Parts: sequence; C-alpha cells; structure tokens
Amino acid sequence: MSELVSLPPKARLLERDIGKIPVLETHHLGIEFGGLKAVEEFELIMGRTEIDGLIGPNGAGKTTVFNLLTKVYQPTHGTILLNGKDTTGMDTADINRAGIARTFQNIRLFGNQSVEDNVKIGLHNQMRSGLFSDIFRLPSFWKEEKKAHETAMELLSIFDMQHLADHEAGSLPYGAQRRLEIVRALATSPSLLLLDEPAAGMNPSETAELMENIRKIRDTFQIAILLIEHDMNLVMGICEGIVVLNYGKIIAKGTPAEIQANPVVIEAYLGKKKEGE
Amino acid sequence: MTFLNYLINGISLGSVYAIIALGYTMVYGIAKMLNFAHGDVIMIGAYISFVVTSKLGLPGIVSVLAAMVVCTALGIVIERLAYKPLRSAPSLAVLITAIGVSYFLQNTALLIWGSAPKYFTSVIKFESIKLFDGQLVITSEAIVTIAACIIIMIALTLFTGKSKMGKAMRAVSEDKGAAQLMGINVNTTISMTFAIGSALAAIAGILLCSAYPTLMPTTGSMPGIKAFTAAVFGGIGSIPGAMIGGLLMGIIEIFASAYMSTQLANAVVFSVLIIVLLVKPTGLLGKKISEKV
Repeated sequence: MSELVSLPPKARLLERDIGKIPVLETHHLGIEFGGLKAVEEFELIMGRTEIDGLIGPNGAGKTTVFNLLTKVYQPTHGTILLNGKDTTGMDTADINRAGIARTFQNIRLFGNQSVEDNVKIGLHNQMRSGLFSDIFRLPSFWKEEKKAHETAMELLSIFDMQHLADHEAGSLPYGAQRRLEIVRALATSPSLLLLDEPAAGMNPSETAELMENIRKIRDTFQIAILLIEHDMNLVMGICEGIVVLNYGKIIAKGTPAEIQANPVVIEAYLGKKKEGE
Repeated sequence: MTFLNYLINGISLGSVYAIIALGYTMVYGIAKMLNFAHGDVIMIGAYISFVVTSKLGLPGIVSVLAAMVVCTALGIVIERLAYKPLRSAPSLAVLITAIGVSYFLQNTALLIWGSAPKYFTSVIKFESIKLFDGQLVITSEAIVTIAACIIIMIALTLFTGKSKMGKAMRAVSEDKGAAQLMGINVNTTISMTFAIGSALAAIAGILLCSAYPTLMPTTGSMPGIKAFTAAVFGGIGSIPGAMIGGLLMGIIEIFASAYMSTQLANAVVFSVLIIVLLVKPTGLLGKKISEKV
C-alpha cells in the first residue's frame, strides 16, 4: 500500500493525519435484520489520532455501528479496514487483537472480580506466558504477573484509581465503573477506542473531568477515539469531527461548527429535541 | 468408633462426588449448559484404567495418566462435535443432545467391553491404616481419594484465581460478549473447560472404582446424577460450592444407609436436595441471579 492514501471526496480527515494510513475506513457498511436496514451505506475514514463523535436521535443505529465495527454483528454489506487491513472473516476477539477496544452503554464489567483483575483481563491478549508456565508457576509466570500488575496500576492511575485496585468492580460507584471500563479497554492497547455514551449518568463536573481525560488519553496513547454521546456540550467540546446518523443513514458529516449550522441536522436532531422539551 | 468410620467413608465418597461435581459446575459456569454426558466420561476413564492395568499389565499410575489423556481428548471432541454447533441454540436442545451423548457413550462401552461387570482392581497398592486396635480402619482408597480431592481443590483455586486462562474463564463465565471484546477466544476457553472437567472425571472414575470395584457401562450414570445434584446443592457455577455440595452428599448418603436403611439412602439424599432448594433456590453458595434489564 502506498504511503499516501487517496481519499474519496466525501471522506473527512483532519489535516494532521493526512499521509498516514487511516485507523479506520468503512465502505458501504450496512446490516439488515430480516429486511429492515438498521444501518446502510455507512462511510467513515478516521485519522490515527482523531476524536470523533457519532450522534443521532435514539434508535438511529449508533450502537449498531459499534456492534458492526466490533463484529458483534457480522455486516451484511460493505467492508471495514482497520489500520489498512481488511477485517472480513474476523470475529470479535480477532478485532480486539487487531486494535479496536470499546466500552458499553450499559456497563459490562466483570463485576465479581477485582478492579485490578478486570484490567488484567484486558491485558490478557498481550501476555505471552503459556498454560504450562501458568500452572507450574515458572519464573516467567511471576515475571509477567509483576509486569501485568505494574501496567494495570499505571493504567488505573490515569483516573487516579490505584487505591481501588483490590475492590470488587461491581461494588464501585457508577462513575468509577464507567472510568474502569475505559481503563479496561485501554489495557488491550487499541489503536481505536470506541466509547458508547461515556458521560451517561454523570453530573456536569464529572463530565467536564471526563472530557479532559478523553483528550489526555488521546494525547498519551496517540490513538483515535470514536464516541457516541447525547451530551452536546461534551460532543461539541472535544470532537474534532462529527457524524450524524438518522434512521441508519449518515445525514451529515463535518466539524462541530459545520454540524451546528447544518439545517438538515437541526431539523432531524436538534429540532426534534426542542419539541420534546 | 463406628461413627468415625462412617464419617471417613462419607468424606471419601463425598470427595469423589466433589471431583465429578467440579466438572459439572465449571462447564455450567462457562458454557451455561448441563453436560449430562459427564457421568459417562467417568465410566470411560475407569474402563481405560481397567484395560491398561488388567489387560496390558502396566502399573496403576500409567493407567491414571492414560485415562486422563483419553478423557481429556474425549471431552474436547464431544464439545466440538455435539455442543459447539448448538452454541446459540435453545438450552433445551443442548440438554437433549447431552442426554444423547450420554447414551452414545454407554452403548459404545457396551459394544467394546460387553455388558458383564468387570472386576476393577484398585490402583492403590499400599496398606490400609488401622487405629485403636483395628476399631478404626482408614482404607488406602479413602486416604488417596481425600488427598486427591484436596489437591485438586487447591490447584483449581490457584488456576482460576491467578492464571491467564483462569482469568479468561472467569471473564467468559460472567459476560461472554464483553470477554470477546477483550480479545479472549471464547471457543478455546470453553474447550479448555471441558478438557479440565474430563481429566477430573477420569480421576474420579478410577477413585470410585478403586473403592467400589464393579465396572459396567452404566457405572457412571448414578454417581454422575448424584454429583450433578451435589453441584446444584452447593450452588451450580461455584467451585467451592461443588466441593461442599459433594462432601455433604457423600456424608449424608453414608449416614443414611448406615443408620436408616441402604434402600432409603438415595431417597434421603435427594430429599435433602429438595429441602435445600426450597429454602435456598440457588444452592448453598449460589449467587442470586438478577435479571439484566
């Protein structure tokens, strides 16, 4: 593949990442459930360090897009390229190893396990010791355990959660569980992080802190982040590009300023919101 | 003194149930299915040991290893061929398939080894311990069985608690989807669970037949059902639960047949199960299951 990737005109990419292979490229991506087109013609190109938002009214298909990207659903149409590599035939676990990690709208931590173990499960796919050395506790096992422990603590320190390492994940307060989910996702060392409503249920000051942290994560790990969010302050505040979805189709793409000025979006999304109030 | 004798016999039988129950409970915890063929894997393990010692004349320890290898392979193959294609099928279909596999194994054993009971010579060779002028006899089988049970319990706790595969297993048992998104291969994890459960079944089969030496194609079914009951009793899906459930089942069974009547022993065992489930529907150590919204 050539270094300079030629881009279709409708693709939106930030200047700083042009010239590098995009982290994510989808073409004509879509899925049908028994004739119902939940998502169709989803086209998106994301640069290596972009923070992008995926917004749209309830039921627009946002989480379905996440499920397609992570192969929880197998797409019925289109292709997904991850770091320039076609993902056809990969399953969910392969996708994670190829570089996508995600969090969930309704938190799905391993609630009965400790905070540290949750992160270590995320580190799982990078640990190299085999079953044999695990069972017989060879030096390589202890060496790796130590490394995993250190990495886990380092990751937890992003959100100042080191002191919670021994707590049961399910017993943490709501906000901390959301943060732990992000840490667990980061532990799989993704190149693209999908956040499904990271600010859901957070108060304004927590949300502001979360925004800071999302930016910090991008800067520290140099990864791309795609997030679904209903909190417009957060979306407009940190996203560099925004995709608007309605009835499974992209109705607009652009910078936050462009989206806020787009009449189609206002009608489909912001307009509707006014009616509801 | 007879009480102590009964107690030791009960713990010994209970240890066998516990080792079998571990197989049920681990598979249930991870694959969310009841593997009713598990009892028959025990029987296959005992036959393999019988062939290796009695027919080939090799030492007992070799027969244990051979039985473990064969049963591990058998467990993996059963899962691949019979259960994996049904991963997303309704649980009733999987249950019926498991019963089918159970009969398949019994009839295969019937074809190979015939219906006549075989006399299983114990693989444990050292002398029984006699205490208090022979009033208290601890058989060598009981010692080995109880020791094996303790070792297996410790090893499994360490394995699931610390090792990479163990953590993957716990993750899969809590949330298959989320585990996959962490890069965990669910199929490998489930295979591994069947492998461990079946290897334990081989050990249980040999220990059982060393203490009760009649070996038939149906040898595994009753202990299988009782161990399943033990797993439910202790709280299915819980490893310590299987252990406690198994031990209690064994002790209750021996006491019931000693102090009440041999014919009633099984009835008493299952009555206790019913009472426990009425009071605590998730078993002794079972977690309350809350519906996900």
